[in-house]
Amino acid sequence: MRPLTEEETRLLFEKIAKYIGENLQLLVDRPDGTYCFRLHNDRVYSVSEMILKLAANISGDKLVSLGTCSGKFTKTHKFRLHVTALDYLPGAEQSFLYGNHVLKYGLGRITENTSQYQGVVVYSMADVPLGFGVAAKSTQDCRKVDPMAIVVFHQANIGEYVRHEETLT
Amino acid sequence: MGRKLDPTKKEKRGPGRKARKQKGAETELVKFLPAVGDENFKRLSSRARKRAAKRRSGSVEVPKPNKSPGIKTLPGELAKGAVQARGKKRPAPTSNSDGDEEEDSEEDGVANQGDLWGSEDSDADMVDDYGADSDSEDEEEKLLPIERAALKQKAREAAAGGQWSEEETDEEEDGPPAPRPSKDDEAEGGLQINVDDEEAFVLPPAEEMEQDAQAPDLQRVHKRIQDIVGVLRNFGAQREEGRSRSEYLNRLQKDLATYYSYGDFLLGKLMEIFPLSELIEFLEANEVPRPITLRTNTLKTRRRDLAQALINRGVNLDPLGKWSKSGLVVYDSSVPIGATPEYLAGHYMLQGASSMLPVMALAPQEHERILDMCCAPGGKTSYIAQLMKNTGVILANDANAERLKSVVGNLHRLGVTNTIISHYDGRQFPKVVGGFDRVLLDAPCSGTGVISKDPAVKTNKDEKDVLRCAHLQKELLLSAIDSVNAASKTGGYLVYCTCSITVEENEWVVDYALKKRNVRLVPTGLDFGQEGFTRFRERRFHPSLRSTRRFYPHTHNMDGFFIAKFKKFSNSIPQPHTGNVAAAIPSEPELKDQATPLSENSGQPTKGAGGAAKAKQQLGRQQHPRKPFQKLNGVSKGLGAESTAPSVPKAQVSARPQESSQPDGKAAVIRKPKMARKLKQRGPKSKSSKEAALPKQKAPPKGVDSETPVVPSPSEISPGLKDCGLSLGKTKKIEKAKQQLPDHPAKTNASLKEDDAPKGPQVPTGSPHGSTRPPPTKRRKFVKKGSSQP
Repeated sequence: MRPLTEEETRLLFEKIAKYIGENLQLLVDRPDGTYCFRLHNDRVYSVSEMILKLAANISGDKLVSLGTCSGKFTKTHKFRLHVTALDYLPGAEQSFLYGNHVLKYGLGRITENTSQYQGVVVYSMADVPLGFGVAAKSTQDCRKVDPMAIVVFHQANIGEYVRHEETLT
Repeated sequence: MGRKLDPTKKEKRGPGRKARKQKGAETELVKFLPAVGDENFKRLSSRARKRAAKRRSGSVEVPKPNKSPGIKTLPGELAKGAVQARGKKRPAPTSNSDGDEEEDSEEDGVANQGDLWGSEDSDADMVDDYGADSDSEDEEEKLLPIERAALKQKAREAAAGGQWSEEETDEEEDGPPAPRPSKDDEAEGGLQINVDDEEAFVLPPAEEMEQDAQAPDLQRVHKRIQDIVGVLRNFGAQREEGRSRSEYLNRLQKDLATYYSYGDFLLGKLMEIFPLSELIEFLEANEVPRPITLRTNTLKTRRRDLAQALINRGVNLDPLGKWSKSGLVVYDSSVPIGATPEYLAGHYMLQGASSMLPVMALAPQEHERILDMCCAPGGKTSYIAQLMKNTGVILANDANAERLKSVVGNLHRLGVTNTIISHYDGRQFPKVVGGFDRVLLDAPCSGTGVISKDPAVKTNKDEKDVLRCAHLQKELLLSAIDSVNAASKTGGYLVYCTCSITVEENEWVVDYALKKRNVRLVPTGLDFGQEGFTRFRERRFHPSLRSTRRFYPHTHNMDGFFIAKFKKFSNSIPQPHTGNVAAAIPSEPELKDQATPLSENSGQPTKGAGGAAKAKQQLGRQQHPRKPFQKLNGVSKGLGAESTAPSVPKAQVSARPQESSQPDGKAAVIRKPKMARKLKQRGPKSKSSKEAALPKQKAPPKGVDSETPVVPSPSEISPGLKDCGLSLGKTKKIEKAKQQLPDHPAKTNASLKEDDAPKGPQVPTGSPHGSTRPPPTKRRKFVKKGSSQP
């Protein structure tokens, strides 16, 4: 078990940024303490510091897993996110308001027979309109893809009222 | 067996719809088997009798000659035409069988064979005369069997109904060889009759035996089981003369093994544990699976919401019981319960009801460090995590790499974040890491409580397996105890549980741990369940074992389980006999504190010993919890109060075995009483030094009032410390210690040992030579002398 190198950290954050945008802080700062990433057997684990201390006592070949596995580095040093990281990605709603695309896991409902690249209006689960987008996949395809795939490209969202005031008018 | 055989079910007769339904196995079989029996019950007309006889003779004739060599008595007896010992039938037949030679009861002379025949006959009469009788008797007289049967029938009816079963069972219990051949005959005859009433069917005896082994008549076996249980319930009244209880029990054991497909070993074990009525219930319960239960994952959802969601999917469920806040029991489900989206989202975990209990007993608190030593597949670990609300740290360990994968999967699925998963052999703790607040040990076991899940356990477990499991469990339990930090602010608890119901793996292991470590049993917090045994056959366990809990499939409708909760009160490990240094840790300061003030009062050399002794004495009189501390570290600690390391005294002791025993004032005195004791204990061993010391020892004790009583007691106490687990809570600690002194010469040595005082060779030499145990009385006397002297 070792901390990530610079290179690995960069790769990791780049990948995650694709999903949740620039707000990687969400992943690291959590209410119950600071979490760190550690690499063990090519897998990246997200652990809190307290666990880290205890885990240091376990010898490497006997350590199987710690905390939550976020994903792993492939042989060619690409980072692949695992479904186990799902819990720690922030809600899709928030993420969309920050300007990110909508991933499959954040998709609650979608109109039937939406074709690919069709314009869509994005609502929250409480039917509050959030913005516009373009369907990245047709409804059928949406069912088949894995939870981390992009289903709606972001185009505009109501968060811009706050964030992009200067560009509005 | 196909359709369940339930002889108590009655079939419907008559023209109605119910009669037309296909009936259960028992009724179908009845059509085939006891036809003859029915006949026997009726008064047969002469023609009917002839027909029946012909039938029987046809089937029996051929085998008969084959049988005769094997079953000598049968033809022999028949030839005599006389007294077939129909065992019990004696009274009845004799009363009726005026002209019936065969009904005479032959007693024990040909008891076995006679009874064999008798049993056959009786069986045959009752159920089906498989032609055994007719075999033997056909040669003589064809009508006789029938007549006999009919007369017997009358006789039986005349006698009490209950006597029948007794007779039958008794007869069948006669001698192991007897039943077998009779069964063979009957079975073979039965088969013949089933297959072909009229044809002569020749089978050599060997084949008959095989057939019998392969196709025991389960219905008859079941009936026999019930009969034997009935007799044993009221043994005084219903027993057969001359048949011992053990014969009944042996027969019952064999029958149960046959009927329920158990191996003999396991069934014997079960008969030891359960009374007969419970035994049958237990065996029946093992044939049926327990209801499916699941546990809500409160990290992600609430039980109410989950129940609602599952009901919407078409699952029929209910809360598990008052005792569980997150359990649900599933009655039936139209969707696979292990594949619903809620399951995949980690909202619940499929877990047996009995597996929830150890975690409830453990009661983990937030921000604690918990060790789960045998965690696969992760149900209990995740329950611990949800009770802790993902705070603290859990170390989930298992020795099986394959099963660890399921642990990883489950924990991730359920959203558990505070867990480290490792792959150690549990016995390597606490070397790897220790100092946990609580430890859960769900030890690998023989699985006799989950037979309904894995019927292979019925036959593939034997003595060796159970003992091997017990050995492993003991090792694991000791490691687990050593991994608990007794000084933990919120914890210091250990829960040991198994899914087995044998005493060897449960109470015995727990009792062993009580003797070997500084732990005591505390209530589990579960208000239901049977108490564990405090004594079992020839074994006696510590009375606190009453706080352990046993669960059975037939009483609680959950898998068989055993749960024990320990509290560790000291981190030191009681020393073994060899005088090795005890791994004493935090309790040292306490001892030293107690020892030093005390020692200040006494003389210099005897400071340590005296202090320790006094401390011990005081402790002895005081509450028990302190005693163990003292005892454990006590002997060495107290004495070693002046020494810095606990090992020092011991080292000194062992290092100076050759030193001459120099009466070092009081130190020697202190030692001497112990040594004297030891010498007495050893008896045969005679070392000049020791002997020389004897007078000295005796003298000084008298001289030094303060020390002698003190010295014996601590030294005595120290050996007793080893059994602190047992002696805890006992007011007679001192006496116990005294008794145990011989067992732990090392300890006494240690206790006697003082840093300043050169230890006499006697004391240290005593220990290396091992302890011959003096009769306890000796000790007591000696001690009393010592104590009375001041």
